[in-house]
Amino acid sequence: MTPSLEPSPRGAIRIDGAVKSYGHGVARTLAVDDCSFDVNAGEICVVVGPSGCGKTTLLGAIAGFQSLDGGSIRLDGRMLCGPGRPRAEVGSDRIVVFQDGALLPWKTNLDNVAFGPTVQGTLSRAAARDKARGMLADAGLGGYEDVYPGQTSSGVRRRIEIVRALMNDPAVLLLDEPYRALDALTKSVMHESLLELYLRTRVTIFFITHDLEEAVFLGRRVVVMTARPCRPKAILDVDIPYPRTYDIVGERRYRELVQEAAAAVHEEARRAFDVGDKEGPQ
Amino acid sequence: MSAGASALAAPSERRQPGRRLATRLRELAFTRSRRRALTSYVVFIAVWQLGATSQQWLGHALPVLSALPPPTAVLTTWGHLVLDSGYWHSWLASLVRVAGGFAAAVVVGVPFGLTMAMSRGFRGLAFPVFELLRPVPPLAWVPAAIIFWPTQELSIDFVIFLGAFYTIVLNVLGGAETMDPRLVQVARSMGASRWNIFRRLVFRAVLPSILVGMDVSIGITWEVVVAAEMISGGGASGSSSGGGLGFFIWSSYVGGSYPQIVVGMISIGLAGYLSSAALRRLANRFLPWLEARS
Repeated sequence: MTPSLEPSPRGAIRIDGAVKSYGHGVARTLAVDDCSFDVNAGEICVVVGPSGCGKTTLLGAIAGFQSLDGGSIRLDGRMLCGPGRPRAEVGSDRIVVFQDGALLPWKTNLDNVAFGPTVQGTLSRAAARDKARGMLADAGLGGYEDVYPGQTSSGVRRRIEIVRALMNDPAVLLLDEPYRALDALTKSVMHESLLELYLRTRVTIFFITHDLEEAVFLGRRVVVMTARPCRPKAILDVDIPYPRTYDIVGERRYRELVQEAAAAVHEEARRAFDVGDKEGPQ
Repeated sequence: MSAGASALAAPSERRQPGRRLATRLRELAFTRSRRRALTSYVVFIAVWQLGATSQQWLGHALPVLSALPPPTAVLTTWGHLVLDSGYWHSWLASLVRVAGGFAAAVVVGVPFGLTMAMSRGFRGLAFPVFELLRPVPPLAWVPAAIIFWPTQELSIDFVIFLGAFYTIVLNVLGGAETMDPRLVQVARSMGASRWNIFRRLVFRAVLPSILVGMDVSIGITWEVVVAAEMISGGGASGSSSGGGLGFFIWSSYVGGSYPQIVVGMISIGLAGYLSSAALRRLANRFLPWLEARS
């Protein structure tokens, strides 16, 4: 992956009238209902919302891990799922990075990063390793190649996982609360390193989180979801230019936006709480 | 007592001459855990020796303990047996049986367990019968095995196979069930084929459980081989050589050589320990990522 200065034209996602429910009869719960919004190519789009509102369902539908009951999802104009095809095909153009990390424990970090092209057969093992080595070095992760994930701190593991995802040259990265389990100090380092990677590659990022400060710090746009069923309640335009450093957290505009997001989320959280909604099926 | 203590200290003295000897001895004597281990051995052997010879120094036989041959007698007998090829043939016979039955259990059990883990349909068909047969202890199979296998050797191998088979299969299944499903999702999204997912993920994820299952079941095979040899009479001719360690103990009992019984018991303990240790060594070579973590 060569760093391109031109914004990548890939990775535009259009979610149109998505519907998804779980269970049958009285136990049926609507996780996503008539949900429509766009992710622009080359942007970081952060989705926030109360627990169990169906954000992860949406991400799973884009990745092809879950089916939709209705509506459609398009990637760069191509239909991933929609009428006649409830479930998108899983593909290396959309790579998921999970909450608690999913590096293969029996492979060294280098071989984890080299995994995608190796199993796809697009690169020989040696070439994949060379490329992986280069990408790890570019991300400032040289020196972690030959140890196993179990010997690596969770923050570094998460960064390695994002490099592994980028190895596949995806149109969009799907990040599902990747930094949830990390402490605040590590998180801030993660954010800066993710932004740095993003600015270098301009890959489209679909990012799910609970953390509003994280959302505003990273996102070009922040989509606040309603309590279940999930649909956009407000879309904030974060008009703080990249590159962003941690200094911006003291700025007024940043605080205003966090405040704005908090107000919208709080209303929904309240509603979810009053209904007695619990964390539903993922 | 002194015989036991010197027997423990002797090997390290012979191996490490000069300055290293002092360090070795200090290590042996001064590490707290070593000191405790040594104390425990010495006390055990001393109680055994004193109890077994109570008639002589107490003038009165202590219950249970005095029925035992003293460690000195066991050592003397062992010293003679070490030079006897029949003793080593017993070792060999049991070892061959364990190796055969155990290898068969691995060769059949691992693919069987993996197929059940990969295919819901196969599992639905195979697992109920597996669960039905599993509670039948391997030793209960001995008479039946003798009837339906053509040779006695095969029937003993079969019983050993059963002893290891269930444990290995259950461990494979358990390992597959605890596998993180997200690993499969990630691999799929990176374009891994079904075969790749099996070979690079499921098998690798289950490997530690396979090795744990093997470790546990090799212990069971030693229990089973001893009992099977006692019941079936060991070798085809019933002679003491070629009968295996189980038969060795049995014939020592019948022949009234009590120190020899104890030698047989210790030999089996040793054999089980050695095969477990060898297996664990092998396992660590296959699981570098687990060893690296500790």
